[in-house]
Amino acid sequence: MSSQFKIAVASGKGGTGKTTVSTALAQSISKRNRVSLIDCDVEEPNAHLLLGVEFSKQTDAYVPSILVDNSKCTGCGKCAQVCRFNAIACLGPGKGTMFFPELCHACMGCVLACPASAISESTKSPGKIRQAKLGNIDLVSGLLNVGQAMATGLISCVQALANQPVVVYDSPPGTSCPMIETVKKSDFALLVTEPTPFGLNDLSLAVETLRHIDTKFAVVVNRADDHKLIEEFCSKHNIEIFARIPDSIEIAKCYSQGKSIYENVPAFTEAIDTLTEKVLKTGGLS
Amino acid sequence: MKEFLILSGKGGTGKTSITACFCELAKNAIAVDCDVDAANLHLVLNPEILVAEDFQSGFIAKVDPEKCTECGLCKSLCRFNAIEANLLDCSKPVCEISSPAKVDEINCEGCGVCADNCPADAISLSDNTIGKLFTSQTKFGKMVHAKLGPGGENSGKLVTAVRKRASEIATQSDAQLIIIDGPPGIGCPVIASAGGCDFAVLVTEPTPSGLHDLKRIAELMKHFDIPAGIVINKADLSKDYCLKIKNFAGENSIKMLGEIGYDKNFSQAQRQNSSLLSYAPKSKTAQAVKNIWTNLEAMNRIS
Repeated sequence: MSSQFKIAVASGKGGTGKTTVSTALAQSISKRNRVSLIDCDVEEPNAHLLLGVEFSKQTDAYVPSILVDNSKCTGCGKCAQVCRFNAIACLGPGKGTMFFPELCHACMGCVLACPASAISESTKSPGKIRQAKLGNIDLVSGLLNVGQAMATGLISCVQALANQPVVVYDSPPGTSCPMIETVKKSDFALLVTEPTPFGLNDLSLAVETLRHIDTKFAVVVNRADDHKLIEEFCSKHNIEIFARIPDSIEIAKCYSQGKSIYENVPAFTEAIDTLTEKVLKTGGLS
Repeated sequence: MKEFLILSGKGGTGKTSITACFCELAKNAIAVDCDVDAANLHLVLNPEILVAEDFQSGFIAKVDPEKCTECGLCKSLCRFNAIEANLLDCSKPVCEISSPAKVDEINCEGCGVCADNCPADAISLSDNTIGKLFTSQTKFGKMVHAKLGPGGENSGKLVTAVRKRASEIATQSDAQLIIIDGPPGIGCPVIASAGGCDFAVLVTEPTPSGLHDLKRIAELMKHFDIPAGIVINKADLSKDYCLKIKNFAGENSIKMLGEIGYDKNFSQAQRQNSSLLSYAPKSKTAQAVKNIWTNLEAMNRIS
């Protein structure tokens, strides 16, 4: 759906307020647009907790995988030769082939290489997809099974379920595969940071990553009591700051009690509504 | 030799600040930062880098445009949408393209399907440098850390390399303890950080998200059979959730290691590139961290 406007809320560092901002952004946008909020932090999804909603639907997610038919396997070992992820081990003629699904990237190289057609395409379930509705917000949340290493397939699955004109992705922390998987499909990203050396360091890593993958972005400073550190960095690197969220005990209290900050702290509501204006403007929506 | 790992599931609960204190309290421990895609421990331990090495893992495909016949097979076979070319028609079994194929390095997983199947032998795989591995010296002992390059994949492999280096140094220097600052989440880099560790300190905060994420990281530790203890940071945020966390710990036979109150000294210490113990040694919070360390030592029979 090319007419969708997709916003990713990300940050290098964890705990800077990504989910707080993405849920509030969805609440603010939902006053005039229908919005899909996609919780892409499938390792530790929290958006439903901040919105205070119960899921109404839960399904298993399926991602591509392979299936080995050992009755057809001749033990030639071609599959193991082409697999760059060590996900398949050939035990030799008559002994069959062992498959390690958690290492498989589903490139299907082994399917192509097997001369005996003993390997076929299949699927596996790395986790669950849960859905809820709250007014104009459609929440889609991924939940990776505990013990599963690879999150990116599940992230793709939940992203594919965004069907509203405006989409907010709540990104996982960090700057590696799960964050990139989330952000590369967005039209615009917000990097949420806090004015501490850890916040600044991880912001600079996230900026490097977004510039590398060529995604447009702006910064949101959270707990912005003493934000010189971030202001200096942003002005030096020509980065726009879209919002400064005050460091307030009311916000911390709402958060720790599981109450909607957007509905209970006016200073926060104001900061988020201004942010929404600016973000929607970048997408030509206001 | 023992390996202690500090984890949280949720980011921003205070893993790194607490790890830094532990590194200061431990005698002759190796400090390790396994949060390779957003490393911060170096900002408070101020290491002097002794050795910096490129870390290579996996591959990246490269097309020789001179050899490319524009047949489109690579485009059809790639599952990661990593082949760019002027597309004429992709509805046929093999896509029709009208320009030499080009690799999108961000999407390329290095699987080699394009290189293995190119009829013109126009695609090769080259080693992919994904980051840097550092061996360093701090005031408190040796430190091993890393920096994943932008767009870097295989962070789990870099984590494994960091841990391997740390254990080599521990053996050489006869260190008894390795203290690992772990990444957030429960996926690939966390699993790579956790395998074979002797004890995990789970740092949480008394909020709905803190408790939710604690449950999942605790389940992961159980899955890998790693004994764990819980630290509640910012404990004065909610009495209610502190109680919920303690109940969870009790029901699952996980030891409570202690509580730390909300303290601005943590961020002030950070601004001075210092650990809380060096910055505010007399504070109540510093005492709380010391008590937790004493509990940890007693439980694991070290010191």
